[in-house]
Amino acid sequence: MSKVRVLVGTRKGAFILSSDAKRKDWEVNGPFFGGWEIYHLKGSPADPNRLYASQSTGWFGQLIQRSEDGGKTWEPVGNQFAYDGVPGTHQWYDGTPHPWEFKRVWHLEPSLTDPDTIYAGVEDAALFRSTDGARSWQELSGLRSHGSGPRWQPGAGGLCLHTILLDPSDPARIFIAISAAGAFRTDDGGKTWTPINRGLRSQYIPDPTAEIGHCVHHIAMHRSRPGVLFMQKHWDVMRSDDAGESWREVSGNLPTDFGFAIDVHAHEPETIYVVPIKSDSEHYPPDGKLRVFRSRTGGDEWEPLSKGLPQSDCYVNVLRDAMAVDSLDACGVYFGTTGGQVYASADAGDSWTPVVRDLPAVLSVEVQTLP
Amino acid sequence: MIRVLLPPHLRTLARVNGEVSLEVQAPVTQRSVLEALELRYPMLRGTIRDQVTQQRRPFLRFFACEEDLSHESPDSLLPEQVVTAAEPFVILGAIAGG
Repeated sequence: MSKVRVLVGTRKGAFILSSDAKRKDWEVNGPFFGGWEIYHLKGSPADPNRLYASQSTGWFGQLIQRSEDGGKTWEPVGNQFAYDGVPGTHQWYDGTPHPWEFKRVWHLEPSLTDPDTIYAGVEDAALFRSTDGARSWQELSGLRSHGSGPRWQPGAGGLCLHTILLDPSDPARIFIAISAAGAFRTDDGGKTWTPINRGLRSQYIPDPTAEIGHCVHHIAMHRSRPGVLFMQKHWDVMRSDDAGESWREVSGNLPTDFGFAIDVHAHEPETIYVVPIKSDSEHYPPDGKLRVFRSRTGGDEWEPLSKGLPQSDCYVNVLRDAMAVDSLDACGVYFGTTGGQVYASADAGDSWTPVVRDLPAVLSVEVQTLP
Repeated sequence: MIRVLLPPHLRTLARVNGEVSLEVQAPVTQRSVLEALELRYPMLRGTIRDQVTQQRRPFLRFFACEEDLSHESPDSLLPEQVVTAAEPFVILGAIAGG
C-alpha cells in the first residue's frame, strides 16, 4: 500500500509526518535539528530515502544535512557556498550598491534523475549545484553575472533565490525566481540565463513593466506540461503558456491576489491552488478566515475551500514553500502555517484536517509519495 | 591538551558532551585551536568562523580566564592557563531570545 511522507521545515527544527494512503492516521517524528531554522528539506525523486535539509541559525550559519534512510538519521555534508570570482554588488533597499554576501540556503532542489545532484537557491541570490551528494558546491554564476545583477534589490525577506523548477522534458532547462529580481530561465544547463518577466506589472518599482525588479513569490508547474507555469507574485496570480516568455494575470475572482504559496494538482494540470493573504502589509487571511482557493480552469475562476479550516479569528500566514501535493488518487494537498499547523486534504482540497497544530512556525512543506 | 567549551548547539552537532580536549601544536592561538577543532570535528567548519573570510561569526564570542578575547588577533597567543589546560577556551553564543 502506498504511503506519504510529509517533510516539514520550521523555525525551530524539522518534522516528518507519515501516513498510509488513507491519510487519516499520522505518525509525527521530530524535531530534527531542534532549535535551528530549517528553511527547506526535500527528497530525491530518484531515491526517495535520500533527503536533504537546509539548516541554519544567525549564530552558527548554514549547514546542509543529508539522510540516506528517509530521515531516520542525518549526516552534515558540505556547507561552503563561495561565490564564483569577485562577487561585486547588488542594490540595497535604498538603491545604493551592497556587496554580495552569502546568508542562507532557502531552497534545495534535488535532480529528477541523479540522487547525488542537487541545486541550492541561496540568499544573497545565487544558484549553486552539487554533483557529489552535497559534499561540495559550485555556483552557476552565469545567473548572478547576468547583466542585470547589479540592479537586483532584496525583497522584505532578503535577496533570496527561493524557487527552482527543473524541466522534466529537458535537462538543460531550469526556471528560478528571486525576490525581488523576478523569474529567469536557462536553456543550457545554467550557463546563460534570460529574464522571463514580460507581462508582469509591479507598481512598487519605477517602471512597472521593467525587465527585472518584480517580487515573484513562487512558481509552480505540472510535470506533464513544463511549458505552463503558474506564479504567485507579490500581488497578482499569473500564468504563462510559453515557458515564461509572456505572462497574463489569472487572479480573476480571488478576494485578494496577494499571497505566497501556489501549487498544481498532481493529476489535473489545470487545477491550481493558492492561499490568498490580505495584503503586503497584513500577512494574514482576509476576514480571519483561512481559505485555500482552487481553480479548475488554470486560473481566472476560483472557488474557496474552507471545510475543516478555521473560519474565524485566524491570522496566520502560509509561506511560499509551505504547500505541496502528493500523487495519490485522490490528490492530497498539504500546507503549513506560521501558527504551526500543518493541514492535509485527502480529497484534492474539498476538506481539510490538521495533522499537527502546535509546531513552530512552518517555513516549508514537501511531500513524498512512496510505494 | 587544550580544553574547549562549545555552545550547546555545536556540542549536539559534533556529538560531544561537555568540554572537548584537543592536541594543539604551539603556538597556541585562536587560529590554531580552531583549526585543530575543525580538523577533529569537520562538521563544525563554517559554524564558528566563516569558511570564506575566516572571520569569527558575529554572534559568537571567545572568552578565557574571565577575559573577552573576541577582538584579539587570531594569531595572538592564548593565555598560559589555556595552554596548560587550567582554564578552557570558551566559545559562547550571544544571548538572544526567540
